[in-house]
Amino acid sequence: MNSFAKTRKWEEVLWPVLASALFLTLWHYSVAWTATKVFPSPLAVEKGLAELARKGLLWAYIGDSLRRVALGFGAAAVLGIPIGLTLGWYPAVNQVVNPVLEMLRPISPIAWIPVAILMFGVGDVTPVFLIFLAAFFPIVVACVSGVSSVPSIFRRAGRNFGLTAPQLLARVVFPASLPSIIVGLRLALGIAWMVVVAAEMVAVDSGLGYLVIDARNSGKRYDLVVAGMLTIGIIGLALDLCFRRLRNLESVRWGFRDDS
Amino acid sequence: MPVDTKLSASHLNFCYKRDGKTTQVLSDVNLIVGEGEFLCIVGPSGCGKSTLLSTFAGFLSPNSGEVRIDGGVVSGPDPRRILVFQEPGVFPWLTVEGNIEFGLFRKPRAERQRRIAHYIELVGLKGFEKAYPAELSGGMKQRLEVARALAVNPDILLLDEPFGALDSITRLTMRRELLRIWREERNTVIFVTHDIDEAVQLADRVAVMSGRPTNIQQTFLIDIEHPRDISAPRYLELRNAILEELGIAHYV
Amino acid sequence: MPVRLRPIVFIVALLVLWHFAVIRSSTHLLPGPMEALGGIADLVRHGLLVKYVTASLFRVTWGFVAATVLAIPLGLVIGWYRRFEMALNPLIQIFRPISPLAWIPMAILWFGVGDLSAVFLIFISCFFPLLLTAINSVQRVPAVYVNAGRNFGMGPASLIYRVLYPAALPQLITGLRITLGIAWLVVVAAEMISVNSGLGFLIVDARNAGNRYDLVVAGMLIIGAIGCLLDLGMGSFQLDYSEN
Repeated sequence: MNSFAKTRKWEEVLWPVLASALFLTLWHYSVAWTATKVFPSPLAVEKGLAELARKGLLWAYIGDSLRRVALGFGAAAVLGIPIGLTLGWYPAVNQVVNPVLEMLRPISPIAWIPVAILMFGVGDVTPVFLIFLAAFFPIVVACVSGVSSVPSIFRRAGRNFGLTAPQLLARVVFPASLPSIIVGLRLALGIAWMVVVAAEMVAVDSGLGYLVIDARNSGKRYDLVVAGMLTIGIIGLALDLCFRRLRNLESVRWGFRDDS
Repeated sequence: MPVDTKLSASHLNFCYKRDGKTTQVLSDVNLIVGEGEFLCIVGPSGCGKSTLLSTFAGFLSPNSGEVRIDGGVVSGPDPRRILVFQEPGVFPWLTVEGNIEFGLFRKPRAERQRRIAHYIELVGLKGFEKAYPAELSGGMKQRLEVARALAVNPDILLLDEPFGALDSITRLTMRRELLRIWREERNTVIFVTHDIDEAVQLADRVAVMSGRPTNIQQTFLIDIEHPRDISAPRYLELRNAILEELGIAHYV
Repeated sequence: MPVRLRPIVFIVALLVLWHFAVIRSSTHLLPGPMEALGGIADLVRHGLLVKYVTASLFRVTWGFVAATVLAIPLGLVIGWYRRFEMALNPLIQIFRPISPLAWIPMAILWFGVGDLSAVFLIFISCFFPLLLTAINSVQRVPAVYVNAGRNFGMGPASLIYRVLYPAALPQLITGLRITLGIAWLVVVAAEMISVNSGLGFLIVDARNAGNRYDLVVAGMLIIGAIGCLLDLGMGSFQLDYSEN
């Protein structure tokens, strides 16, 4: 039964299915036995999802959330990667800038909401800005770490072949740190997905986060709340899986050989 | 027959400073290497052979003395003198072709293709053009590194114990391959090793380095024709002479 | 300029930039550094600074400790028993990406509005990262260690206590440090929505009850400072531990 037991292929399907079935059953019966009027049963959630899909709200909300994530995450990557690479390449600059980053990083994006609303008003820009803030720091950190862990033998080989500093950065340091950067991007995407939901609860009126809060506030529709939570979970998982596939690209696969 | 001097090192001194302590590594090293020569440098581990090679390649500056190549002073790394290391320095994110092509970025496309094809064939990696280093064995990775180094037609090829990480059987094959490649390309080769047999099998001349702080103690001319028979009397004679120079008894 | 002073000069330069950006801007709602400092002084004078910081730290501690106590042993066990991990993995993977804030309606339903709700949110936000760290740390223990243990005749309990746990500990500590950072981010968010004390509450309240943006920014600065200190503290704990 331990880590070294050999498991067969069919077990990879059996056990998860069993566990999930057990979970659903427990959920269903605990709702039935406690006769709660508010907490939804699995069936109620399913009906809630169907209702949202029928009204077209489900896909609209998913689209809104994904759009905001794409914009905020994209901006964080486009800005964060060059900045991170520069900080990693010039330790002197990093030493100056890093304390500021370390102090800004623990400020929850949510704490930025009032300031963000003040600057950008209530609308799409605010959640995008918050997502940008949340994703920016992990990306920069990953880039700095990636650059500093490039083995010196690669840098020396690059210089040996007559590469100038910018060429070295582009043709040796960047490809060599790409696996680390991807790890950072994946982490940042997960954070972005969490923050978009949070930002939507407070600052806009569409999206999955909004759905969750609104469903409760205007009518205690907990079936929709849970439906929303489920959707959030599934899409977050799908995003993460997409990123995992990136790891198989030939030009970065070498950096992930030890990972599962 | 007088041969042009390719590299001359005169009165090289180098020391490491760490935590306030100074360690002298190179102490008045003098060496002349002729054009097209295959020179081996042997010495005990840690004596400073790698440091010397790094100085020749321009990665380290000597504290005093100078290195001249073709008359010009060495002041930094340059594609005319490529250094090949013991750990494979091939880039894992590029294919075999991509690696060989790496130093050729200033050349026109047709020239690049020609050279890639030539060197892949030369080092015996034909068929693996699109493979990634992760799919190659240790010996193949070293061959790739040699191909990448040769593709830019360096004047001098500097090799720092390149076969050290390979198993002994592969090592024998690689020595033969290296000689074959050298005979075709006729670059000047400076090959550092701690394996005396390897030196006597490969080199035109062997320079023996002392322990740290090191200098060139003695050079031996290996006047045996290739292919060399490793049980011939002259071979054993030269080998024993080097062992004696290093102060190592040849009985175990 | 001595190297150590450079970051400080940089920070001062940024503050000056901020100050002038605010003066130059047409709206004077966004406070500059002086106003923010004034806000901090204000909080101190009213005795609120210590009160709010303590409230936030209190919630973080409870939620974080509860999550640690539950998630780590559970994660170690799940990591060890392959079939257990296979079974629970899909459930964990679906719950994990759900933002802690999406749990707010649930929290309010189960615990009402108040401290317990906030602590629950922090607990949830810490539970899954810690669980995954624990699972991962067990799976990464090199097989050689385990085999060596079995070679010496160790049973499962002994293996877990004397081989797995020490081998997994560095990764666990790193996970604890990262999760503490997450907890600090979430407490602020949790407080903005469901309680009436704490730094998160300060930010929401300052804005809602009078547009006191100086207090808002003061709150943000304090949050940043404390979060930084927490992380430094964990970092030195991590160093101390690895030195032993």
